[in-house]
Amino acid sequence: MKVEQISVFLENRPGALEEVTGILKEAGINIRTLTLADTADFGILRMIVNDVETTSRILKEKGYRVSRTSVVGVEVPDRPGGLHGILAALAGSGVNVEYMYAFVERNEQNAVMIFRFDDPDRAIAILQQNGLTVLPGEKLYAS
Amino acid sequence: MIYNEDFETLPREVLETLQLKRLKQTVQRVYHTVGFYRRLFDEAGVTPDDIKTLDDLKKFPFTTKQHLRDNYPFGMFAVPMSSVVRLHASSGTTGRSVVVGYTKRDIDTWSELVARCLVAAGLTKNDIIHNAYGYGLFTGGLGLHYGAERLGASVIPMSGGNTRRQITILQDFGPTAICCTPSYALNLAEEGKAMGVDMKALKLRVGIFGAEPWSDRMRQEIENVLEIKALNIFGLSEIMGPGVAMECLEGRNGMHIFEDHFLVETINPETGEVLPPGEPGELVFTTVTKEAFPLIRYRTRDLSRLFTEPCRCGRTLHRMDRITGRSDDMLIIRGVNVFPSQIEAVLLEVTGVEPHYHLIVERADNLDTLEIQVEVSEQIFADSDEIKVLQNIERRIVKDIKDYLGVTAKVKLVEPKTLERFEGKASRVQDKRKI
Repeated sequence: MKVEQISVFLENRPGALEEVTGILKEAGINIRTLTLADTADFGILRMIVNDVETTSRILKEKGYRVSRTSVVGVEVPDRPGGLHGILAALAGSGVNVEYMYAFVERNEQNAVMIFRFDDPDRAIAILQQNGLTVLPGEKLYAS
Repeated sequence: MIYNEDFETLPREVLETLQLKRLKQTVQRVYHTVGFYRRLFDEAGVTPDDIKTLDDLKKFPFTTKQHLRDNYPFGMFAVPMSSVVRLHASSGTTGRSVVVGYTKRDIDTWSELVARCLVAAGLTKNDIIHNAYGYGLFTGGLGLHYGAERLGASVIPMSGGNTRRQITILQDFGPTAICCTPSYALNLAEEGKAMGVDMKALKLRVGIFGAEPWSDRMRQEIENVLEIKALNIFGLSEIMGPGVAMECLEGRNGMHIFEDHFLVETINPETGEVLPPGEPGELVFTTVTKEAFPLIRYRTRDLSRLFTEPCRCGRTLHRMDRITGRSDDMLIIRGVNVFPSQIEAVLLEVTGVEPHYHLIVERADNLDTLEIQVEVSEQIFADSDEIKVLQNIERRIVKDIKDYLGVTAKVKLVEPKTLERFEGKASRVQDKRKI
């Protein structure tokens, strides 16, 4: 049920992000969602794409440092307390959220959040036991 | 003024006779007491008896920094440890630093030579000397200190850092002389001005500056902002420490080398050929009185040239020009000697892989800054895509560079392709300082 995320190391300089999006455009890669974590000197671009293999390969060919990480896509009920329900389910289990960001999904009732857990397998089991919908990677990669 | 009139003004023939006698003794002694020299001389097919004249020295092989590192820590010592009373060392990780030892008599000699330097700068026992060279394994602090005590002057053992405190002491204790790196002198002047202190009104009248390359432009600036006479001192821990050569107040043109203790040659760094006086080349020193750590034809990698013309001060000792550069890739950052290979060793230890890196040295507000750009390796990034993990790596590099090499660096992780265009070691270093 895990989703593969691509992370790219970028220097914090003008045009760094644009170079990556340009390469992906050339290769016909569709970025389903992305987030950028940054410091004064560098940033990490994290994305879910429609073709993980190709994206990883071409960015490495262009000299980027690329890593693949397992994340979890969870449906968040689009109402007050939606996100809280997810976090409450995990609270006390010892599973830690390293980071999270929103998935850009159209025409759906629910929002989708991407979570990076320190223990994704355990997180998935707990979420499912609590009746929450964990989305399979295929559903998120497909455009 | 001259501290040791007898030895500093010897007629050249008498000096050369003394040098030859001392050289013969030294070469005999190292051959019989230092395994390294026995092997080196045997391999080169020379024996101590080959020294008949001073000119015969050039038949002997050079000693290099690598030799000293290979014999880390005490392999070059010519006396048993029971005779060693002091150890100093250059910065570096194990096997990459150089350890030097001194007998009681070596410390005595060193103290006298530093006293000669202070007197050449016009100082007497009535002076108060503010010593801002670092105390510790670095030879600068203790070297100057012992010389000042030998002279009988009052020495303030300030060491480096704590700039504001230094300024307070400069005001309150009223030292008449200061010893530090020339860039630190400028930094003190600037900081003092910022604190609202009239730096020209201090009692300082002379400064003895060394441990890093500087220029006449810097000399003028220091003399203007502090209203003092600025003089150049030369030394290196392998040979002794500060006090190998010193500029005199009267001439202020080249540093007198204490040739009754050190023989000097200039060589072509490419071919090793000995150059005539006046021609720029690499300085090579032979110690002829040192007991614990004698060196034969030590290649300093410092570029300079020799002056043999008489000096108006009356010393007959030949002079060397200020250091104009290096024939290797050593950097001097805030007076600390740093080799790119030492930084590389730290990066390797922290990141676990052969590092790709680039060093940028600049001077801001008269202080040197070192930036280390390190390529993020595949391994580091495969292990984690988390900001905090990468920031921890940066912090560990900063800490280890400080701990092992004694310099503060800014570390910046960069994309791999950024540094690929830099090939070879020299081009990994960008020294943007205007000295």
